Parts: sequence; C-alpha cells; structure tokens
Amino acid sequence: MTRPQIEASPNDPVMAPEKRAVMDQIISANRSRPGAMMVILNELQSQIGFVSEPMQAYVAQELHVPLGAVHGVVTFYSFFTTQPRGKHTVKFCMGTACYVGGTPQLIEKAKQLLNIDVGQTTPDGNITLEVCRCVGACSQAPVVVVDEELNGRTRPNKIPQVLRKCQEHN
Amino acid sequence: MAYYRSHVLVCVDPECLAKGAHGMLDALQDELVAQGLIDEVQVLETSRLGKCADGPEMMVYPEGVHYVGLTVDDIPFLVEEHFIKGRPVQKYQTPVVKVTDEELGPPKPKEVRVVLRNCGKIDPENIEDYIAEDGYSALAKVLAEMTPEQLIDEITRSGLRGRGGAGFPAGRKWALCRAVADSPKFITCNADEGDPGAFMNRRVLEGDPHSVIEGMILCAYAIGASYGYIYCRAEYPIAVRTLNIAIQQARGMGLLGEDILGSGFSFDMEVRQGAGAFVCGEETALIASIEGKRGEPRPRPPFPAVKGLWGKPTNNNNVETFANIPQIILNGAAWYASMGTEKSKGTKTFAIAGDVNHTGLIEVPLGITLREVIYDVAGGIKDNKGFKAVQIGGPMGGFLAGKHIDLGVDYESLNSAGAMMGSGGFVVMDDETCMVDMARFFMEFTQDESCGKCVPCRVGTRRVLEILQKICAGKGTPEDLAILEGLCPEIQRNSLCGLGQGATNPVVSSLKHFRDEYEAHIYEKRCPAKVCRDLIRYEIVAAPCTGCTVCARNCPVEAISGERRKAHTINLDTCVRCGICLQVCNFNAIIVTS
Repeated sequence: MTRPQIEASPNDPVMAPEKRAVMDQIISANRSRPGAMMVILNELQSQIGFVSEPMQAYVAQELHVPLGAVHGVVTFYSFFTTQPRGKHTVKFCMGTACYVGGTPQLIEKAKQLLNIDVGQTTPDGNITLEVCRCVGACSQAPVVVVDEELNGRTRPNKIPQVLRKCQEHN
Repeated sequence: MAYYRSHVLVCVDPECLAKGAHGMLDALQDELVAQGLIDEVQVLETSRLGKCADGPEMMVYPEGVHYVGLTVDDIPFLVEEHFIKGRPVQKYQTPVVKVTDEELGPPKPKEVRVVLRNCGKIDPENIEDYIAEDGYSALAKVLAEMTPEQLIDEITRSGLRGRGGAGFPAGRKWALCRAVADSPKFITCNADEGDPGAFMNRRVLEGDPHSVIEGMILCAYAIGASYGYIYCRAEYPIAVRTLNIAIQQARGMGLLGEDILGSGFSFDMEVRQGAGAFVCGEETALIASIEGKRGEPRPRPPFPAVKGLWGKPTNNNNVETFANIPQIILNGAAWYASMGTEKSKGTKTFAIAGDVNHTGLIEVPLGITLREVIYDVAGGIKDNKGFKAVQIGGPMGGFLAGKHIDLGVDYESLNSAGAMMGSGGFVVMDDETCMVDMARFFMEFTQDESCGKCVPCRVGTRRVLEILQKICAGKGTPEDLAILEGLCPEIQRNSLCGLGQGATNPVVSSLKHFRDEYEAHIYEKRCPAKVCRDLIRYEIVAAPCTGCTVCARNCPVEAISGERRKAHTINLDTCVRCGICLQVCNFNAIIVTS
C-alpha cells in the first residue's frame, strides 16, 4: 500500500527534533493502550498545541493505521486544531445561561477591539478568539475563559480589560 | 492518622483561584511552618465553600469560622490571632445574616441531598475524608454479604432509573448485562455532560469523586465486569484531575485492582478524556470514542449490554446514577423508594440557570412541582419579572409554559407534557425572552453538533435552522410554520440516535405553547420580546440621557453621536443592534422597540 505523501514545511513540529522527541515519547507511552489514538491525539494537542497534517501522517505511520482514520478523528472533535492557536485563547461560553446572559454582545465587543472574527488569530499571533460549549459555570454567566482562567459575570465594558491582560503577558 | 487541633479548608475553585487562592494558600502554609504550627493545623484544598464571589475563602474547623476576601498580607495577622491566640478575627468573617451561595450553599428549602451530600463538605482529594462519611462501607458490605444477584435485586427494588436522561431502570439494565454469557465485560461511566446549562455531574466529580468510583465498583461486581472507563469531557480539566487522584488513592487502598478487600473480585478503571463532541454523550458514540474512533452512534440493537466496547458486553450509566448506588446499599432500597413518585423514585440534581434569583445546583425529590422549584428552591424570578417558560433537559428537551407551572417534575409527567428529564439542565426564562430566538439557539447547537452520519439529522436540522433564521430575520412566510410542523416529526422518527430524535423538541414545543410569537414574527414582522435583531430598534430617550458618552464610546460601529452633557442619538442606518449601549447605560436612557 502506498501512503499519500504529505509535504512537511520546515517549521512543522515533525521537523523540529525536540518536538519530534515529545511526539515519540507520547506515542510510545500510549501505543499499547486500547483505543490509543484518542489518548495520543489529546496529548499531542495539549502538549504541542495543534495536530498538523504531517503530525497526523506521523501518528498514522507509527500506529499502523490509515492516515484517513487519524484525519477522520482529528476533524471530528472540536478540541483538535490543525493550526497553531494564538499565544492566548479567549473563549466565549455559548452555553444557554451565558447566551441568555449576553455572550453575543461580548463577542461583538471583542471583535471590534481586535478587528478579527471568531476563530481567527490576531496578526501578531497573540490572541485567538473562540466560542466554546458550556464550561459548566452557569451560575456565573456570562463567562469568558482566557486560557485556563474563568472570568464570570463579564459585561461588554470589561472586555478591554480582559484583552489588555493578554496583551501585557505577551 | 496524625492528630490536628485545627483543620483549614481552602477553596480552590476556579473563581477563588482567579482571585489568588493559591498565593494565599502558600502564604498560609509558610506562615504556619514559620510559627511551628504546621503539625497542629492541617491545611486542605477543597471545593466551593459557598462564597467564591468574595474569595479567596477558607473555613476553619472545629470552630466553623468562615473567612473570606483574604489576601497574602492578611495571613500573618490571621495566623497570630486565630491559631496562636485563639481569637477568630471578626473583620475577615462572612456576614452571618446573608448567605449568597455560588453553586452550592446550605440546602435550600425543599432540598434533599443524596448525591450532593458530601460536596463542599469533604476534601475530594483525600480518600480518608470520604471514608469518614461511610465511604466504601457499601462496597465492604456488598462484597462480604451479598451475591451479585442480591445486589441487582436491591437496586431494582429501589426504583433507581438512569439519571442520564432516558430513565431506564438501572437494576434491569444491570441484569440484562449480567445475563450475557461473554467475557470480559466492561463498565463505562458517562461523564460527558455536554448539555449547555448543566453542570451537576461536574460538581459531583469535582466534589465527591469517590462516590462515583464506589458506585462503579459495585456495578462491576453486579454484572461481572473487569474494567471500567470514566469518559469525561475535555471541558472539565479539574474533574479529570480530581478523578485521577481519587482512582490512584482507591487503588493504593486496595479498593481497586486485584482481589478487592480480599473478596477475590478484581476490577480496575481509568479516565478517558473526550475532545469536544456533544454527540459522544450518546452511549454507542461514547463507546466508539473510547475505542479511539470518530464518536458516531450506531444503530441499536445490538445493545451495548450485548455488544459494546470492543464488541464485548458493556454497561453504561451516568455519573449521577453511579453516585446514588452506595447510598442505596447503605440505607436500603425501601429508603430510596420512599422518595419521589410511584414510578420515579429518589432524588434528582438540577442545574438551575437563567432568570431566577438563586441559580446553581439543587437536589430535590422527584415529583416536586415546577412552581416549588422556581419559587421555593430557586427564590423566584429575577427582578420580579413574569415567568415565561422553563426548558428542561438540555438542547433536546422541550419548553414548558406558564400553564405547566404545577406540573410534577418526574419522568412520566415531563414526557407527557412534551419535555424530558434529560440530564438535569433547568433553564428558567422570564418574559423578556424570545421563544423563536431560543428555538433557533438550540437548533444551532444541535445542528452544529450533529455528527452527520444519518441524513434526517444532518440535513433535516440544517433545514429547520434555516427556516428559524429566516423567521427571526423577519423574512418568514406563513408556509414556514406548516413546513416546520411537517419536517420536525420526520426528523424525530427517522434519526439514528437521541440527538436527532430530540433535536426538534425545542421547536415543536415552542410552536405548541408560543405559536403567537412565531405569528408575530411572520405576519407583523415584530419580535414581542424585543430580542431578534432585524426586528428591533434602539433609541435614546432624551430626558434621562445625561450625555455621559459611555454608549458612544462602547458602540462597535460608531452609530451614536452627540455632544458631551447633551442628549445623544443613534443613527439607525449604521446601528447593528448589538445591544451593548443598553447594557452599559447607567441612566436607563436607552429603549428597545419592535
């Protein structure tokens, strides 16, 4: 069986020896576990930050599964991204309570301030705007999650402050 | 166990952490070491003490003193006064009169806590705390005294039904899996709590993980399973961490692994993390995801009890179902069956969100009426507005209207009213909520989360969403309602799994109870609740406007103009109706009309 060739750009993690070592470590630690692919992809996503196509090809080769199987899983789940995110991720909770509590207005404000759309990253690679599913902090709606930090009861005029914090920690 | 004269519980929930709980905790430890008190005062990390809004907070036992709003600088003084001189410091304490709890405070009127009994009371990262609250004694009792058949019989007699939403009797489910002659058998715990507005399972996993683990071990014993998986969604990193700690501790004590408590019975488990797919809460999709595949459901039969994980018999239950099991064993089936209605026994946790005074978690006996939940337990509608609707059961649930206010909350009553129990989301809406917009919101969710495997769900939900978007935009036609009424039952009948079968419930139920709102959007091009953007306009009333310029500065499209200290105006041509100005105005000078 011939495998589709995926051209890896020079700055892809598979080309960087230290990132490659991280990948090898994740794969060898988990490959014998039943249902290993999800575990490995979850680890790659959290440690490297994304799962590029060359990375998917590498996982497929190591696990002896078709590339399509890996790609199918990566594109099915919303937690996996194929491109690097910004240094900071600002996520707006779109759970019911947050939606009713005013998430749409918060998104408007952030889009206006950063001049990017949801799902995009600022040109300097600093901030990515995302909407996410209910984070389960409904009693504090509306919630904005900056990286791992939860900001509850956010009003539109608090957004500049939230974004400034990301810009300062750049 | 070492003897401590004082126990300090420090809340490490996200909100308290954001307010610097870790720094405060480190400072406290350092100060106790410096004062030579570290062997006398035990510091524990815990969850929700109830005042996160005023955090960081901590509780000191045995006095039961609750300190809030502490900073690193307060610690030396506090340690000296409280722990050396023995004088609780008044100024850091919570005002005793008013308890404004976050997710979980002291039990509210009419609450009965079974599943949530230990949450906020014990240190979830310390198995000894759980054992001190009779933890794992149900397991010891069962392994020593009961056969698997007796255990199943006990659960069946308790009347416990699956808390994941469908309400299948737990005892019967276990018996079906036990009867299958194949091995090995597996157990999965569904902790993929994806319903927006629901966070009951997160609270149990973070606050009392061992109750779930004990329930799973008991279930494994009943059906003869050798391995279990807890499938937890990726959005709950703290729950995953707490569970991993708990599993390790249980293993260390011989409660998991080979020959549990010398009984000859062996069982072990691990946590598997999801990756953000709502449909994985469906049991066959969940199984596919644990196997490392795309989380797509498959037709049943064969049911997982016969062919589940890796083709082997698998029993899947929800977090809350498992957490109930140890209590049923300890207190007896008759005790559990004494709560609830004839067919819906026991208690159920609900996450109350939306426009009520006390949002958060509650646990109530089944059969309680909506009125009691909203007005007694949740403290009534916010700002004394009117009750309009409640949506139970997540995005697949239906809306219940004012006429259902005295309906009992149990599986049968909810189903017959066109709603469902679901996992326990309970969103209350006041009269400023547009039901067409809400139906559109839920449809957007299910449409986005449809896995795409079967046509009725993939294409059908898309069509329904497009029609709802059209109506919200004021472009609906009279035929649209007829199309919706024809399409929705088709999607329901022909979809493969619960997601598609339930996807149209919000549309069908809102059409039934709030048809007038749909008609207002279509015939009068008007949104009665003043929510749908294309049908409303924002205006500034000159009299109350002070010209403070707050609205103009916050407007994303610079549609507001006016001189400082003079009344402002909104240019309706550039206004995008985002509503920011209304939210930021301090003088109620902005009104919405439709």
